[in-house]
Amino acid sequence: MEKFIQLLVYGLQLGSIYALLAIGYTMVFGIIRMINMAHGDFLMMGSYAVFFIVSLFFADQMLGPAIALFVILAGASITGFIGVGVERIAYKPLRNRPKISSMIAAIGVSLFTQNFFRAIPFIGPNPRTFPKLLKDVLFYVGPIQLSLVRIVVIILSIVIMSVLYFIIMKTTIGMEMRAASCDKDASSLMGINVNRVISATFFIGAGLAAISGAFYANNYPVLTVTMGATLGNKAFIAAVIGGIGDIRGAVLGGFIMGVIEIMISSVYSELAYGISFVVLIIILLLKPEGLLGKPMIEKV
Amino acid sequence: MLLEIKDLHVNYGAIKAVKGISFYVDKGEIVTLIGANGAGKTTTLRTITGLERAANGTVHFKDKDITNIAPHRIVEMGITHVPEGRRIFTNLTVMENLKMAALLRKDPEGKKASYEEVFELFPRLKERRSQPSITLSGGEQQMLAVGRAIVTGGDLVVLDEPSMGLAPKIVDEIFEVIQRMNKEGKTILLNEQNAFMALSIANRAYVLETGNITIEGPASDLLTDPRVKEAYLGS
Ligand SMILES: Nc1ncnc2c1ncn2[C@@H]1O[C@H](COP(=O)(O)OP(=O)(O)OP(=O)(O)O)[C@@H](O)[C@H]1O
Ligand SMILES: [Mg+2]
Repeated sequence: MEKFIQLLVYGLQLGSIYALLAIGYTMVFGIIRMINMAHGDFLMMGSYAVFFIVSLFFADQMLGPAIALFVILAGASITGFIGVGVERIAYKPLRNRPKISSMIAAIGVSLFTQNFFRAIPFIGPNPRTFPKLLKDVLFYVGPIQLSLVRIVVIILSIVIMSVLYFIIMKTTIGMEMRAASCDKDASSLMGINVNRVISATFFIGAGLAAISGAFYANNYPVLTVTMGATLGNKAFIAAVIGGIGDIRGAVLGGFIMGVIEIMISSVYSELAYGISFVVLIIILLLKPEGLLGKPMIEKV
Repeated sequence: MLLEIKDLHVNYGAIKAVKGISFYVDKGEIVTLIGANGAGKTTTLRTITGLERAANGTVHFKDKDITNIAPHRIVEMGITHVPEGRRIFTNLTVMENLKMAALLRKDPEGKKASYEEVFELFPRLKERRSQPSITLSGGEQQMLAVGRAIVTGGDLVVLDEPSMGLAPKIVDEIFEVIQRMNKEGKTILLNEQNAFMALSIANRAYVLETGNITIEGPASDLLTDPRVKEAYLGS
């Protein structure tokens, strides 16, 4: 039982990392109907951004919670702007072309960023050790030993995702995003600047990927230029399991993936990745549109 | 002249949809474009509001050249476009659809009043205000599309086949609202296949045939024009 609860906490923490990353896949898909194959690389860039901010300004210091949060948000903003730039340069010119063109562009962006970063001397090719952002505190609930940082990461992720949900459902920019995801022409006829809305979506998606990267690297502190690829794939699966296009679905899918992966690797770690695909396939066989997805209605 | 189109050409790849048309709309008028399927009516309206690119020719609104500028900026200048097929945001509630239409309005009082006006004209929308608009019937969706135009409140309202697929009673209701908007000072440019309805409420009309304007004149003249009668009025 103690073991189970501990694993559950690990699973939820990994799940919150997947969930934060999956949101970007789902939001970008929602608004431009494209799978951004380079989304995982935003996670990589975000972790490096945080790494460099810490090494430049706070080298060899233990960060307090406030500074740690600030550093993560700074890394997220930098990555957010990179996300906006990537969309403007690589995807926007292809927006009215067949979807396959922008998929290929995304793969190109991914290969480019990974190799470009590898070639820059102060980034690659050797792995970097991510600094501990926070000193972990272990505490006991009854007989169960828990890590404070893990709990904080889970809670923080849930707070961030709730704020995002509020933004989407209640604010003007959120309503604009939902309108544009439904019908871009009609949105522009309401005076919505659709390009601005798409940029905002990429900013949020890339920013959340960066936060996810910082949380991930805090636990698995090895940075490599390809770290986004596997995590990105899993988060993409999470988004599909939840129902791509639906933010709550991405969160649910992320947590399911995280918990399953940890539970399985506690028994046999080699299998975890493979099992994720099995879960994906089973869920899609039972519910092709994903857990929270609506059946696709063809536009007439 | 509130709106002036000169020698407008629009192509879709190799397809020439609009082949050099010129027309104008004066302030306070109801002007209608009629024509068969594929004549180029929708293309013309979409080019006016910037959704399609003009290959040639110009669009002037309030004496400013608005050819090929972005739709959201054209809307801001005062053209409200009710697109073909309604195009309401089905994932938003009725009220959220109206709020989207009010994005550019800066006056909170006017905004509120315009919501009330829409609900007064279409009480069925009021009952369904917090319902997802995907649950609306076709007629109610058209009411919402027209309601959005009332809320946006541009000086020129262009409507693309508001009668499409609707029961006669609802068509009457929609046309009454269009006339009322006109009486309240809006200028109207109306695309219609239902030529009789359109000509009955319009001041002037243009007939579009495969990308060219072939007949133009006062709507009452076109109602009795034998060519129009034969081709578009079914008699
Ligand atoms: N997106 C598009 N791509 C290619 N061709 C198009 C496109 N939209 C319209 N066309 C073509 O342009 C021509 C004019 O079409 P348009 O929709 O403007 O006609 P319309 O007068 O509005 O017809 P309807 O009464 O059926 O709505 C047609 O030949 C049509 O096939
Ligand atoms: Mg049409």
